[in-house]
Amino acid sequence: MISIKNLKASIGEKEILRGINLEVKAGEVHAIMGPNGSGKSTLSSVLAGREDYDVTDGEVIFNGKNLLDMSPEDRAREGLFLAFQYPVEIPGVSNINFLRTAVNEIRAYHGQEEMSAKDFLALVKEKQKLVELDSKLANRSVNEGFSGGEKKRNEIFQMAMLQPKLSILDETDSGLDIDALRIVANGVNKLKSKDNATIVITHYQRLLDYIVPDFVHILYKGRIVKSGGKELALELEAKGYDEIKKEFEIAE
Amino acid sequence: MANEILEEHINKDYEWGFVTDIESDKFLPGLNESVISSLSKKKNEPEWMLEFRLKAYRNWLNMVEPEWAHVSYTKPNFQDISYYSAPKQKKELASLDEVDPELLKTFEKLGISLEEQKRLTGVQSNIAVDAVFDSVSVKTTFRETLAEKGVIFCSFSEAVQEHPELVKKYMGMAVPATDNFYAALNSAVFSDGSFCYIPKGVRCPMELSTYFRINASGTGQFERTLIVADEGSYVSYLEGCTAPQRDENQLHAAVVEIIAHKDAEVKYSTVQNWYPGDKDGKGGIYNFVTKRGICLEDNSKISWTQVETGSAVTWKYPSVILKGNNSVGEFYSVAVTNNHQQADTGTKMIHIGKNTRSTIISKGISAGVSNNSYRGLVQIKKGATNARNFSQCDSLLMGDKCGAHTFPYIEIKDKSAVVEHEATTSKIGEDQLFYCNQRGIDTEKAIGLIVNGYCKEVLNKLPMEFAVEAQKLLAISLEGSVG
Repeated sequence: MISIKNLKASIGEKEILRGINLEVKAGEVHAIMGPNGSGKSTLSSVLAGREDYDVTDGEVIFNGKNLLDMSPEDRAREGLFLAFQYPVEIPGVSNINFLRTAVNEIRAYHGQEEMSAKDFLALVKEKQKLVELDSKLANRSVNEGFSGGEKKRNEIFQMAMLQPKLSILDETDSGLDIDALRIVANGVNKLKSKDNATIVITHYQRLLDYIVPDFVHILYKGRIVKSGGKELALELEAKGYDEIKKEFEIAE
Repeated sequence: MANEILEEHINKDYEWGFVTDIESDKFLPGLNESVISSLSKKKNEPEWMLEFRLKAYRNWLNMVEPEWAHVSYTKPNFQDISYYSAPKQKKELASLDEVDPELLKTFEKLGISLEEQKRLTGVQSNIAVDAVFDSVSVKTTFRETLAEKGVIFCSFSEAVQEHPELVKKYMGMAVPATDNFYAALNSAVFSDGSFCYIPKGVRCPMELSTYFRINASGTGQFERTLIVADEGSYVSYLEGCTAPQRDENQLHAAVVEIIAHKDAEVKYSTVQNWYPGDKDGKGGIYNFVTKRGICLEDNSKISWTQVETGSAVTWKYPSVILKGNNSVGEFYSVAVTNNHQQADTGTKMIHIGKNTRSTIISKGISAGVSNNSYRGLVQIKKGATNARNFSQCDSLLMGDKCGAHTFPYIEIKDKSAVVEHEATTSKIGEDQLFYCNQRGIDTEKAIGLIVNGYCKEVLNKLPMEFAVEAQKLLAISLEGSVG
């Protein structure tokens, strides 16, 4: 699905990613954990193509194509989806209209015809149910006046609508109470298939009780310092990040 | 990187900037009483019309160009302007076939096919067009169809000849000849424009539309539009405008007057796309326009909708005088400025009658190094009991080099008035664009989506055909202009 080799990125003079290596196959769920400032959000931003970062070295192959050569919109059209940590508000543009534009742009990229209004609305209905999104929210302006939980749920709804190959969930658990967390996680689990993959970026182990990862990676100071199975997350939760910091401080 | 996108789109050419090579009959530059007399003579005007012009001119000589607007520009030298330019043609046009093919091609290029209209005659079509090229009206379509209903829709010059009693009665009622500097100038030298009269109880069967085109260089366009809606009638009117791309600044000083009698309703929509000048601010049209309507009698309604994307400098305040009881005034505006454009636009709602209501929705969008100002006056006169006004003025900024300003004036002389004013300022951020990009929507489409979302309340007020046009125009004027 995605193969990241020696990825280095900086913002201004400051190097934030210092050689990331990661391989994610179809059907897998990977969790990336790490303390604040370790580069978790930078990694998701760089993969999605945010312009604030300079990629200085490395290679990312996404479904056989060079991801770093693509514009952010083409990455999305190729099937990369980022669930934002802070979803953006777009006043006056209804969620439905926004998604319809997105769906049809992606279809056009793949040489497919526009989806008819009828089919589109049927899809909306189906996916709304899946992520337990209030139908009122679908007709409101994108994220405008949504609560934190509603915004996150809306991200998962969009993910369901766009049916990406690789979804990156950037701290989707932050600011969610336990009920919202469960609903969001359920949505993600229902969307999981053998053909798609998910990268869950999180600070806490909590989310991983609901979205069970196949692999856990610990990101520290711009590098993946440790990888393992889901038990690694529990270990981390028990020991805290200080242990990791101690262990890898010297190796820097 | 964002700057590159900005550059790329700002450099986008003005699509309507071509010049039609046509032989024209044009006055030498200069303005004095004899020029006005020649103009009047050329148009074979009655004595009272010449007097109207000369009176306006003499007043104008003692007036000063207004400086209170939040714009700066080199003042036009009124002696350097030619006050009359018309495509050379045979005297009377019996049919469209006699119109110079170059002219027809021009309007064709602008997407207004007079030929097409001819072919469609008899078949269903719902827009009648009056095409004004430089100083004169070229052709008004569908006149016969309209005449069956008693609707008069013709060029202003023809109206002076054929319906002098109507012109004499209503001209200057909403905008007196001495109203302001540019209105006085227009009253002295106006060359043509559109005239429209809807008789009692008639609902105009189609949209009426005037298309203004400046072609000749060194000229100004001074047209006048007069719309009279008699008792219980209704009309929807649209105005569009373009001009060639030139280094010089050309002056467009128009006057539009609307008179609504008892129970009448007039909806006036403008899509203004005069040449805005190049990206360095060179050239472009000075759009100094006086538009005003009077709700003369009870239960009448006048509604202005404008989408302003063009012109180097805009100075324009479509207003409504709410004289009749229960009359309604509305102003819906989207004003876009990019590059070096400057706009000072808004409205005046003057409440005189009882239970009068007005609504103002203004959406300003500034990009580049432009300046965009809303200036509005809500005036409730003594005795205008239970008057109501709601105003909403929003500004959207793109990039950090442009300016948005709001100058709302409120004068209330009657205690029973309820006046509400809301204002917001927001910014299209790179965050919004990236969010759209990440969902597969490219930057151009994203800006179109965001801006149209922002202007929705106003665009919804435009007649269908023009709403689509306006949406496209907004996207073109602004694509990627985020710094």
